[in-house]
Amino acid sequence: MAFLSNLVNGISLGSIYAMIALGYTMVYGIAKMLNFAHGDVIMVGAYLAFCAAQYWGLPPLVSLLVAMAACTVLGMTIEKLAYAPLRQATSLAVLITAIGMSYLLQNLALLIWGANPKVFPDLISLDSLHLFGGELVIKGATVVTIAANIVIMVVLTLFINRTKMGKAMRCVSEDRGAAELMGINVNRTISMTFAIGSCLAAVAGFLLCSSYPMLQPTTGSMPGIKAFTAAVFGGIGSIPGAMIGGILLGVIEILGKAYVSTELGDAIVFAVLIIVLLVRPTGLLGKPMREKV
Amino acid sequence: MTETRQTPMLQVSDLQVYYGAIHAIKGVSLEVYEDEIVTLIGANGAGKSTTLNTIAGLLKPKSGSVVFEGKSIGGLGASKIVPNGLCLCPEGRRVFQQMTVRENLEMGGYCRTAAENAEALADVFGRFPRLKERERQVAGTLSGGEQQMLAMARALMSRPRLLMLDEPSMGLAPILVEQIFDIIQELHRSGVTILLVEQNAQMALSVADRAYVLETGTITMSGPAEELLHNDAVRRAYLGN
Repeated sequence: MAFLSNLVNGISLGSIYAMIALGYTMVYGIAKMLNFAHGDVIMVGAYLAFCAAQYWGLPPLVSLLVAMAACTVLGMTIEKLAYAPLRQATSLAVLITAIGMSYLLQNLALLIWGANPKVFPDLISLDSLHLFGGELVIKGATVVTIAANIVIMVVLTLFINRTKMGKAMRCVSEDRGAAELMGINVNRTISMTFAIGSCLAAVAGFLLCSSYPMLQPTTGSMPGIKAFTAAVFGGIGSIPGAMIGGILLGVIEILGKAYVSTELGDAIVFAVLIIVLLVRPTGLLGKPMREKV
Repeated sequence: MTETRQTPMLQVSDLQVYYGAIHAIKGVSLEVYEDEIVTLIGANGAGKSTTLNTIAGLLKPKSGSVVFEGKSIGGLGASKIVPNGLCLCPEGRRVFQQMTVRENLEMGGYCRTAAENAEALADVFGRFPRLKERERQVAGTLSGGEQQMLAMARALMSRPRLLMLDEPSMGLAPILVEQIFDIIQELHRSGVTILLVEQNAQMALSVADRAYVLETGTITMSGPAEELLHNDAVRRAYLGN
């Protein structure tokens, strides 16, 4: 039963990684850049939800919506101000800019909310789930996290495969020039990608702090890096890859901490990544690069 | 016909294009009139594709003008040019390999309404029955000839009045080359004006009304295709005899 409990917790943590990884992988696939400020958008989302609930007294769901809306705007603004002017620049210049943006967000948060950690309120008032005659207890936050992840996966998959904007994203991801020749506005498509990724980051921030209620300006860094790892693990650029990579990473982390060593939990996660990349350099679902003339 | 001859459908004047410091197009001027097939021939690296890419808006000209049906479109950006009825079928086909044939065609009609697309799709499937058979197949699994057909069909989905084709016969077996040229002539008969870039100068000149010869970014010769086909300099340089 303890194993099952760990597994559920792993899936829950992995669901959060998956949501964040989606932002990395979509931006990488479509804009061909690594947005290292993505993890910090999670932190901003969590702070905003915190403020909305704690200071402005808004109901939990409204707080979440406020955070989602604000992060969507934040993501699009970051893209417009920092990355769009560098569209023709080398990828290294864009990468440095993203790292700079990450520090900017962290330090702005430090300025606004201070260095002292905030205790994130318990916003998910769902009762714990008692299974197997009370032997397996699953917290409300865990249930909501896993359910939210499933909904996000389904909606996003439908969006990418069925809607006009989603298909346009796939076109831009595959061949930006050809996409333009179809009449697709590439700048708007990239902006939309940032909007979706940042909106999901806000959800991830809210859920992350609901399970691990300590909030400070660096809260987004570690989950951000883990989620980036998850995206690479699953095959960067691949949406199902980010989903699978995220969940596997969460499960490995929790099981590693439970059964191998608490201190080495993170080390195990990255060791697994190294092994997977040695065997499959493009990640689990990554497509090998093809050149066809 | 005589009236339409007065104003060209597409008028390119003194186009200058740079790749960084490299001066790729040095003052190209050309016209395409409605209902014509015009071809641009020249050796590798002469600037044929650069010219088409600039007209289509993928590249920004340093100076010069591109006027299509009375509207200045120079430097407008590809996605804003397509809705005007000017479409480029790019070199190397560039179909979306991971999308199905059907999805590729839908993307071709991205800037058109659903009703227009339904009509265009029926027209395209009529012209390319092979694509209808492969509707649900992923484009990356098609043969080279089929991919070229898909690229042309995708371009047609945007309902262009002027279609620019960049090396449509590249890398295809001779029998497929013939087929592609048959399709080009058929398109022309159904009212699409065509600007064709080809390395296969013999084929291009035999279907075209007029031709331009491009050498290192400059137009060195132009005239009726028939004349150029029998011009000694052209024969020596591009037709190999």
